[in-house]
Amino acid sequence: MRVSWRKIGGRVVHVLVLLVFTVLLAFPFFWMLIATFKQNLDMYKMDNNPFLFNLPPTLDNLHMLFYETRYVRWLGNTALVGVIVVAITLLLAVPAAYALARLTGNWGERLGIAIFLTYLVPPTLLFIPLSRVVADLGLQDTIWSLVLVYPSFTVPFSIWLLMGFFKSIPKELEDAAMVDGLTRFGAFLKMVVPISISGILTVVIFTFTLVTQEFVYALTFISPEANQMVGVGIPIFLVRGDVYYWSSLMAACLIASLPIALLYNIFLDRFIAGFTVGAVK
Amino acid sequence: MAISRAKVKSIGAAQDPRLGAAMFGPAVLYILALIGAPFALAVFYAFSDARIGNPTMHYVGLENFRSILHSPSFRQAVQNSIVFTVCAVVIVMVSANMLSLALQKPFRGRGLVRFLLLLPFVAPVSLGTIGWKWILDSIYSVITWVLVRMHFFSPYNTPMWLGEPHLAMASVVSVHCWRLIPFATVVLLAGSGAIPKEIPEAAAIDGAGFWRTLFQIRLPMMLPITLVAVLFSTIFTFTDMTVVYILTAGGPFDSTQTLPSLAFATGIQGSDLAAGAAISLFLVPVLVAVAYFMLRIAHRAEVV
Amino acid sequence: MAVVETRNLTKVFKEGELGAVNDVSLVTREGEFLVFLGPSGSGKTTLLRMIAGLETPTSGDILIGGQVVNHLSPRERRIAMVFQSYALYPHLTVYNNIAFPLKAQKVPKNLHRQKVEWAAGLLGIGKLLDRKPRELSGGERQRVALARAIVREPAVFLLDEPLSNLDAKLRASAREELEHFHKSVGTTTIYVTHDQVEAMAMGDRVVVLHQGVVRQIGTPKEVYEDPADTFVATFLGSPPMNLLEFSDILVGFRPEGFLPAELVPGSKQVRFRYQVKYVEYLGSERVLYGSIEGSRFESKEIISRLSWTMPAGFEAGSVHDFSVAEADLRFFDRKTEKRTEPRPFPWQ
Repeated sequence: MRVSWRKIGGRVVHVLVLLVFTVLLAFPFFWMLIATFKQNLDMYKMDNNPFLFNLPPTLDNLHMLFYETRYVRWLGNTALVGVIVVAITLLLAVPAAYALARLTGNWGERLGIAIFLTYLVPPTLLFIPLSRVVADLGLQDTIWSLVLVYPSFTVPFSIWLLMGFFKSIPKELEDAAMVDGLTRFGAFLKMVVPISISGILTVVIFTFTLVTQEFVYALTFISPEANQMVGVGIPIFLVRGDVYYWSSLMAACLIASLPIALLYNIFLDRFIAGFTVGAVK
Repeated sequence: MAISRAKVKSIGAAQDPRLGAAMFGPAVLYILALIGAPFALAVFYAFSDARIGNPTMHYVGLENFRSILHSPSFRQAVQNSIVFTVCAVVIVMVSANMLSLALQKPFRGRGLVRFLLLLPFVAPVSLGTIGWKWILDSIYSVITWVLVRMHFFSPYNTPMWLGEPHLAMASVVSVHCWRLIPFATVVLLAGSGAIPKEIPEAAAIDGAGFWRTLFQIRLPMMLPITLVAVLFSTIFTFTDMTVVYILTAGGPFDSTQTLPSLAFATGIQGSDLAAGAAISLFLVPVLVAVAYFMLRIAHRAEVV
Repeated sequence: MAVVETRNLTKVFKEGELGAVNDVSLVTREGEFLVFLGPSGSGKTTLLRMIAGLETPTSGDILIGGQVVNHLSPRERRIAMVFQSYALYPHLTVYNNIAFPLKAQKVPKNLHRQKVEWAAGLLGIGKLLDRKPRELSGGERQRVALARAIVREPAVFLLDEPLSNLDAKLRASAREELEHFHKSVGTTTIYVTHDQVEAMAMGDRVVVLHQGVVRQIGTPKEVYEDPADTFVATFLGSPPMNLLEFSDILVGFRPEGFLPAELVPGSKQVRFRYQVKYVEYLGSERVLYGSIEGSRFESKEIISRLSWTMPAGFEAGSVHDFSVAEADLRFFDRKTEKRTEPRPFPWQ
């Protein structure tokens, strides 16, 4: 077989592209990992090779993070808000998506699109009036302000995602259940929901990650350090005076990012299906 | 007898509009209350003199708009918002196309590579950005260190990645790209995966080489999904204030200020809710444009 | 116009397992319509794709027009292919679909319109040139795929089950169109199908494949009346040939040759007592399912085909004298399954 230079060149480019992008995209996390275990004296010396541990690695930064800051508290706040918001989202979005999926004709489709479009209204537009509303309701500086507001961006997308999911479940299933004696709502609860577990799970994961990613509302509504979420606490409060404790900062970022990344990764294909429903046929 | 009764019940229940309304009612009400109402409020504030801490408000007409249109910070912010978004989307789409092509065929370790490639998008925005802030630190930046070692700079004349206006702008755009390339790549992968494999084969038999197949067959077939990636990338960049706030806080000298970050700075930090609202309303035209294109895609997809 | 030849062509997908294509050697004749026939998994599509250049052979050679083409890419082989799904470019009009190969081969632009119209005219789709594929019916799409294939005036046509996506009614007329098309164009054509009726109707010669191995190459008459082994014998013909097992041979006879004794001419025939178990009435013929009484084959289902012109009266449960002419018996070696010489043997 004749050796094809073109083929070899193509291979090289292929590997190169993958290599360059993987390094560029993953490097900051690798960097966080190194910084987590570096001693301060090592970090802040300009002559030291930053890629090496010139002084032995240390757990001091982690110690400082967990014992001398409110990091653990922020993680707790975030988890609590996440769980409650997930519950609210499911309660609102699952029935709504089902109703829209089964409402055939123009109405259902149009309403579905309208709801999806509300997802396009960003927090950076609504945060100013909402700050006033939150203050007037007396929820300023508490996590409940976030519990109230967060479903505004988790619910629309969840409805859209679940709509596509429910539509793919054959109607005959519910018809058979109703012939067997269930009401439509009963058919929904006892037949459709159990089958849709994977779609619902996707919504749970997606909602939770959206909560952890949020920044603007948390920054705007909550001032006291103790009540803050992890996404805002880390950049704002892990600063003593004007000094950034970079090592602990990096450690905090890494620890908060990885579990979410892992979760997201597992469900990514479904999540993308939600974005692309309708555009990929 | 029992069957016909059950049948009648099923037909009746299927048309139950009250159940439908009861099921999506709460969601719709919630959305109206927490998106529709605040949106209306934002418009309302823009025409008032609302301030933080001041419970009373008065109508001031177009005063806010007049003053922000005269403000150089505002004009810089508009320019930045547009420039950053356009640059980021272009870079992201080109990169994502390359990456999605490279990721198409399975290879050993593809799962791990995918995980690594996705990290920027799945990690919380603020945390990834803080990581970059350390990487771009004026003194301790690892990039600087490498460049100094390669003799591109002398150790006493190192670039201020976040302190010099043009470098700061490039840094902000870079972080946006870094975040969005994984997202766009995955979306494009889904799109190209939907192309039946016989079509590129037919093109190969017809005589098309790699580039012709790519530009005349693959990319045109992926147009709807490409548009989805473009529209979402646009939204994610244009409406983001987190990256700017954490990386540069809009500085140096407003050179990296964008509409959302300026709205935050004015409205919350500056306590001028009205002006902040007015600034944030300038996001609306772009949002409307994006919504319009989204509807066009959804409509086209239905026709197919 | 060219001759396609494969020499000892083999394709193994998974090491250690049986190949999809095993040591296939064949030569087409100029201008013939050659059919690759076999059940799914027989390797016929893999074989076609190797000839097209879409799969690389594990070993063996492919020659087109006398030239070894193993290392040539599909576009360099001067072949055209019609896929099962037609693979029309959905975003291009019919005109641009047909013109695409011309663009890709850098044919001068001023010749495009002329060639596209010639190809479209040949297939009667001149009026459809401005439409998009999604607006066309199944039959129209096939014609566009053919037009796109022929516009390049290739040396060989390759067709991969193009009729299987059409519904039954359309299939017959589409088949006729393909035959007509081949007659008018005369290019060497290789056609892959699992449908033996298609193969017999359309093929000048048929290559019967099973598990990646060629079982027989011959005209439809040859593979039907003189099958080389039991696979060919039972694959062709519906309902399939009846096979009786003996200690070292198999004896076969086709249902249409197994008839009421009074209808079988000549003295050299073998007679049985045949009990009819049930009857399928198919209009133009009746298919009888039954068994041979009083023999060790009583549990085996034996099939008979009676044309509508033959007398009635063969109901379920009845028993009759049926026989087969000795000339219609086919003998196969039991171990190798290959065809052997006729010989006398004990019946009961």
